[in-house]
Amino acid sequence: MFKNITIGQHYPVESKIHNLDPRLKLVITLLYIITLFLINKFPVYLVVVVFLVLVVKMSNVPVKMVILGLRPILIIIMVTFFINLFMTAGEVIWQLGPLDITREGLRQAGFMALRLMLLIMGTSMLTLTTSPILLTDGIESLLNPFKKIGLPAHELAMMMTIALRFIPTLMEETEKIMQAQKARGADFESGNLIKRAKSLVPLLVPLFVSSFRRADDLAMAMEARCYRGGENRTRMRKLAINKTDYGAMVITAVYIAAVVGLRIFW
Amino acid sequence: MSIKTEKLSFYYSQGTPFETKALDEVSIEIEKGDFVGIIGHTGSGKSTLIQHFNGLIMPEEGIVKIDERNIKDKDLKIKLIRQKVGLVFQYPEYQLFEETVYKDVSYGPMNLDLDSAEIDRRVRYALELVGFNVDDIKDKSPFDLSGGQKRRVAIAGVLAMKPDYLVLDEPTAGLDPAGRNEILSRIRQLHESGITIILVSHSMEDVARLVKYIYVMYKGKIHMEGDPHEIYKNSEELKRIGLGVPQVVDVMKALKEKGIDVDTNKLTVGEATEEILKVLRSRQDV
Repeated sequence: MFKNITIGQHYPVESKIHNLDPRLKLVITLLYIITLFLINKFPVYLVVVVFLVLVVKMSNVPVKMVILGLRPILIIIMVTFFINLFMTAGEVIWQLGPLDITREGLRQAGFMALRLMLLIMGTSMLTLTTSPILLTDGIESLLNPFKKIGLPAHELAMMMTIALRFIPTLMEETEKIMQAQKARGADFESGNLIKRAKSLVPLLVPLFVSSFRRADDLAMAMEARCYRGGENRTRMRKLAINKTDYGAMVITAVYIAAVVGLRIFW
Repeated sequence: MSIKTEKLSFYYSQGTPFETKALDEVSIEIEKGDFVGIIGHTGSGKSTLIQHFNGLIMPEEGIVKIDERNIKDKDLKIKLIRQKVGLVFQYPEYQLFEETVYKDVSYGPMNLDLDSAEIDRRVRYALELVGFNVDDIKDKSPFDLSGGQKRRVAIAGVLAMKPDYLVLDEPTAGLDPAGRNEILSRIRQLHESGITIILVSHSMEDVARLVKYIYVMYKGKIHMEGDPHEIYKNSEELKRIGLGVPQVVDVMKALKEKGIDVDTNKLTVGEATEEILKVLRSRQDV
């Protein structure tokens, strides 16, 4: 049931993109998202597509994986597309009963769908090529300046690491408990909404119990190894910017210049 | 009346780079009344196989028949199969969820849409079968019990469905010796009360002591089968595929190598003691 979700998944292969500094990747992803919303002409999306294709090619991640990442949000894309299609006022080009399709609507809907797709594919490149541990390391280090105003950067990053670490474990556990309750005649698939919600109790209670047990065990194990938060903590891997990172910066700069330039001068 | 598989194969993550063959043309038949062991190390396909027995995994290649009926038959209710073939997973105590033991055990029979008198009868029957005094235990919270007790309650939860076949996946994993003996002797009693038992384990000691017939799984295939004495005769092969033999077998073999003429085909401490005594006595006679 959960096996087909690729969003947020890490695809561990060797590549230049995988080896980039996670901080840099986070910043590039952020800039990428901003550029998506700067664009106001269709042809400019070609620049984005070229950039994205380049990144995917260099990352050694199969294109199929990237496209599969779209599946869970397909419904959201469809809904956005149709709402924009039918709800935008303007010059009517097609009538479907009470629904009007306008030229502006079509344009708007296309923009939105394309934007969402590029957004998901681009951001999933970040998670596909960066292990969760590195990702949280990157986030922690980017949040460090905010420590001065009382932001617990290390604690947040640690919580995130732990949460990410336990997603697959919990999914596996859910699957197991589901099988066990099914063996006792449980039925999760049929019946009305209330009946189905009730049928989840035998799944959720054991899941909660085991999450608490795991949390307890983990806390104990961390304490046994003298974990005491971020103060004076050293790390095994120091993040450092190297040659490949400078290359990535140059490519990103060219990309952003292209998008911004087209926005201003076209 | 039997559980029968014919050329049953199963793949995980079919069509992706992660594809693995979990079962490879497995054909076995477990007759009603049997006491069977399935052994194999982690990843040999045991768990995948037993999940086919009650339709938790529907066969994709090959056939599974329960009491001569193909479980893929359209007019066959899957709940009936789940009732006939009770499946106790590894660490079954993790599936307990109700406030009281009584309510938890009644979950299975309730799913079978039985009337409350019958449910009550079955809950009592099941709790007694695993050795509880029903009135002492029924209002306790399952989360307050000891590890071994929890496990027995969980097994009762499956027994309350009155299965003809009971499949137990590593029923003694993680228990202390007392809890382990308790569970194993209960399982023996269950078999004597007429339930077909299929014991899945990699603990050679448990299996050797109890079962009448063993299937050894290796890389998704039935690698060997036979009664325990036959299987453990071949201890080198078992060790090669990552399985141990009961310690007693090793001891007897070592004795033999030292020149003491014992019959090495003894599986339990009891049998071995007798054999050693016999040999010692015959020496004294000479």
